[in-house]
Amino acid sequence: MSFALDILTITAVSAGAFFFLAGTVGLLRFPDALTRLHALTKADNLGLGLVVLGLLPQAGSLRGGLKLICVWLLVLLAGATVSQLIARAALASTASGQRGNPL
Amino acid sequence: MTIAAALEIALAVLVLGMAAWTIAARETFAAVVGFVAYGLLLALVWVRLEAVDVALTEAAIGGLSGILLVGAAARLRTSETPAVAESPDGMLRVAAAVLAAIVAAALAAGVLALPDPAPTLAPPVAANIAATGLGNPVTGVLMAFRAMDTLLEKVVLLLALVGVWSLAPDRVWGGRPGPRHQADPLGVLAFLARLLPPVGIVVGIYIFWVGADHPGGAFQGGTILAAMWLLVMTAGLTDAPPVRLRWLRLVLIAGPAVFLVVGLAGLWLGDGFLSYPIAYAKPLIVTIEVAMTLTIAVTLGLLLAGAPERSA
Repeated sequence: MSFALDILTITAVSAGAFFFLAGTVGLLRFPDALTRLHALTKADNLGLGLVVLGLLPQAGSLRGGLKLICVWLLVLLAGATVSQLIARAALASTASGQRGNPL
Repeated sequence: MTIAAALEIALAVLVLGMAAWTIAARETFAAVVGFVAYGLLLALVWVRLEAVDVALTEAAIGGLSGILLVGAAARLRTSETPAVAESPDGMLRVAAAVLAAIVAAALAAGVLALPDPAPTLAPPVAANIAATGLGNPVTGVLMAFRAMDTLLEKVVLLLALVGVWSLAPDRVWGGRPGPRHQADPLGVLAFLARLLPPVGIVVGIYIFWVGADHPGGAFQGGTILAAMWLLVMTAGLTDAPPVRLRWLRLVLIAGPAVFLVVGLAGLWLGDGFLSYPIAYAKPLIVTIEVAMTLTIAVTLGLLLAGAPERSA
């Protein structure tokens, strides 16, 4: 049983790391702010979700596992909000034809 | 080489690289982003050193100072282009490089000259921690063994706020800090500012409370509470209070004041200034910590809100 759980951990964490890598490559390579955000949110949502899923069998206690899930949910919330705000700022600065304002 | 060692080496290289990049970046905003990333990496280093208390503080303070620096970068934007174009002459560069090299060499010599094992007061702390009723030795050092340092630290925080306030022009003295933030009341930021604070307030109080026996404490908890307050202010759901308010100023001095009162009471109830009678050590420490958490939350929130700008 513990062997199967270890396999699950290794598979899920590796898959999560792959999404982080792909998201980072996208962030560096994609041409504009909106597509870069698209790449980044994959790392946040899927990458971290898979890492948390992989760590759940190793959490040791129900409380530890719940904390991990809470971390993922909070990052989802923060990531979704911040990417919306950045996207709006990017759209607004494109519309006004000015250089992107990162603030 | 184990995986852990490889991870630590990679982390150290990243921290050094981030530090070098922060110094080399010519644009203020880029340097600020580099500094924030550097702080987060440093927090991971503290975790690897098993100093979770320090890691929490680094992450919390790194985030808040990041916001302060972003605000400063935004204010400097108008003078950014001429500042970047300005280039110091050769002599100045050489002098700066020599000075930096001397400081770095002195620091390196100081670290290398430390005796092995390094001098430590950890064993006496471990032997006497039971007397404080606390389980977390870091909190024990902060609140009991080195209480004087913690008390003065809180006073310094208050002085910093007085420094920020003193930048206000006379006509708005005592008024509301910073600009009134406007955001779409049905937008995502307002949504987050309604959804997150209940969670954040519980987490902040939990971090403060758990600090007695586990990593955490007044500073880390207070920082989270301050962040929640700032989020609500930034989303325009509430306005920053005018700094002339009596209750606001009472909360600002509550932490150091309670600390001082308990410390002075120790003069005749305990063994001296800032010594707790053993039977009441834990309740007294918790009382001080409650007052300090509130003070830290309000002080940090107002520090980031800035100098008074509006008289209303």
